[in-house]
Amino acid sequence: MSLASIPQNSHLGRTLSVLRDVTSRPSGAVGLSLVLFHLILAVISPYIAPFDYRTMNAAMMLTGPDGVHWLGTDHLGRDVFSRTIQGGREAILVTGIATPIAVAWGGLVGIFFGLIGGRVDEVMMRFVDAFLSLPWILKMLVLIVTFGTGIEVLIPTLAFFYGIPVIRIARAATHDVVARDFVAAARARGQSRMTIMRKELLPNVLDALMVEGAMRWSWMLLAFSSLSFLGFGVSPPTPDWGLMIADARGFMSFAPWGVLGPVIALSTLIIGINLTADALAKALGIDRAQKAPV
Amino acid sequence: MLQMFLRRLFLGAITVAIVSMIIFAGVEILPGDACTAFLEREAQGRVLENCREELDLNRPAVVRYLDWASDALRGDLGVSANGQRSIAEMVGARLQNSLLLAACALIVGVPTAIFLGVVSGLWRDRPVDLVLSTGAIFAMTIPEFVSATVLILVFSVWLGWLPGIVLTSANAPASEFFPEIILPVVVLAMVMTAHILRTVRSSVIEVMNSDYVQMATLKGVPYWRIVFRHALPNALLPAINVVALTIAWLLGGVVVIEVVFNYPGLGRMMIDAISDRDLPVVQAIALIVATVYVGVNLTADLLTMVANPRLRTLYTRK
Repeated sequence: MSLASIPQNSHLGRTLSVLRDVTSRPSGAVGLSLVLFHLILAVISPYIAPFDYRTMNAAMMLTGPDGVHWLGTDHLGRDVFSRTIQGGREAILVTGIATPIAVAWGGLVGIFFGLIGGRVDEVMMRFVDAFLSLPWILKMLVLIVTFGTGIEVLIPTLAFFYGIPVIRIARAATHDVVARDFVAAARARGQSRMTIMRKELLPNVLDALMVEGAMRWSWMLLAFSSLSFLGFGVSPPTPDWGLMIADARGFMSFAPWGVLGPVIALSTLIIGINLTADALAKALGIDRAQKAPV
Repeated sequence: MLQMFLRRLFLGAITVAIVSMIIFAGVEILPGDACTAFLEREAQGRVLENCREELDLNRPAVVRYLDWASDALRGDLGVSANGQRSIAEMVGARLQNSLLLAACALIVGVPTAIFLGVVSGLWRDRPVDLVLSTGAIFAMTIPEFVSATVLILVFSVWLGWLPGIVLTSANAPASEFFPEIILPVVVLAMVMTAHILRTVRSSVIEVMNSDYVQMATLKGVPYWRIVFRHALPNALLPAINVVALTIAWLLGGVVVIEVVFNYPGLGRMMIDAISDRDLPVVQAIALIVATVYVGVNLTADLLTMVANPRLRTLYTRK
């Protein structure tokens, strides 16, 4: 059901009713609880972890799950459970900062080009298309290999590359709005481009941007953990799911518990975000059936 | 029709040209060049000058770009920075292997996806649909390296049915990649199937609810005749574009899969080239991948136009 029919008297009221709509759907309720669970875990995990994630123990390498080490130990004798519950902190921090930046800059640029239209818009879109035709992993790896793998490189890199597809979404959404009467009216009143963008376009494009932001977040997490997995992300000994899976893969034949923890943790977070995004899209009445990750 | 075809072809060519500029400019802007990467610590003074002289790196960037682009057009991709081997030769076998992987995934994935998508669309909100739709969300959202790891764990480590790693050398003929190629193909096909399935499902639902299908039902046309003759031809059109989008995804996703399974394809070569900072190879691979991407999208657009006569007039009017 679209919310357009419900009368809205304030931003807060609308936010609350969207939230209610999201939580009333099974996918939204499950998704949102998974996301909240992971967010809370990321905050409190350092205080509840039974072991230090750095403590190695040569006598306890690759031992199976037992009462002390609930998920066993890894190849350096570190406690897998402690590392698993803390393995999402870096990923959530980096993508949590990079996603809003990406949506903000991509959204503004997209709205701007959608508004001015014409030649300039056409040419810019050719550049965006050209840029999107390069696989994400190539673009990111080249930058990361050149500038290093710290947070200070990963955040701007992710924010930059994941903002570019947002340009397209924002521009398409703006095109739908620009042709409507109230924009023509604003133009006739002689309002500046900035005012039109802020007062007329942004409120109408915001819904699409929110859904896009939720989707971008999950793709960014996917990219981040893939980079870690390939050895281009978080540097050891910081626990990270991608890196943990990469490390434990070699011992999978006799110590499969090493991969299971991070696999379940990473999957539940990403599925949670996607279910939430799905419910949000339905609550806001936005169709996102046809999109593939770029 | 022909005019439109040429127009699309022209736009595609322009996109490739812009990509080649972005690639070249990107590599130019980054600190260091082929010589500093090749010589590493000895890269200073005379040695560096000689190397740059030898590789013609001292000429203006525009001249070098035009040289590089016109060589690439003729199929000459230059030589790699370390080892000085012809890139076209190095890339050849790897590209074939990657295409083999992608082709197998397409052959398995597309028919499965269309079949399952139609099934879940026709039996909307029934148990079959719920299982398929939930499965699709799992398959498309879980990172490829995670699902690959789980599949290796189950089918290779626990059950011992399939080899979990590819040991065939890069230049081996295609037939030698079986059965090692099966698990990588399954992982790729799984993600593709999920994306295509969702689109086919929603488009089947849309068409089955349309006026003309209702009309046919009221007229007394048998159900399966409606499905096959009236609904499916229209419902499957959007699938063409999603298949193209998925192939585009495949170009990036294949990189991770190739690393996970140790598959000797273009993606693993790319990772190696990036780690070695072998810029000429990176440039060449980027150009190839982008060209394939543009080509796939172009083909999809043309196929949609051929399949749907309405689009032809729409395009010319614009």
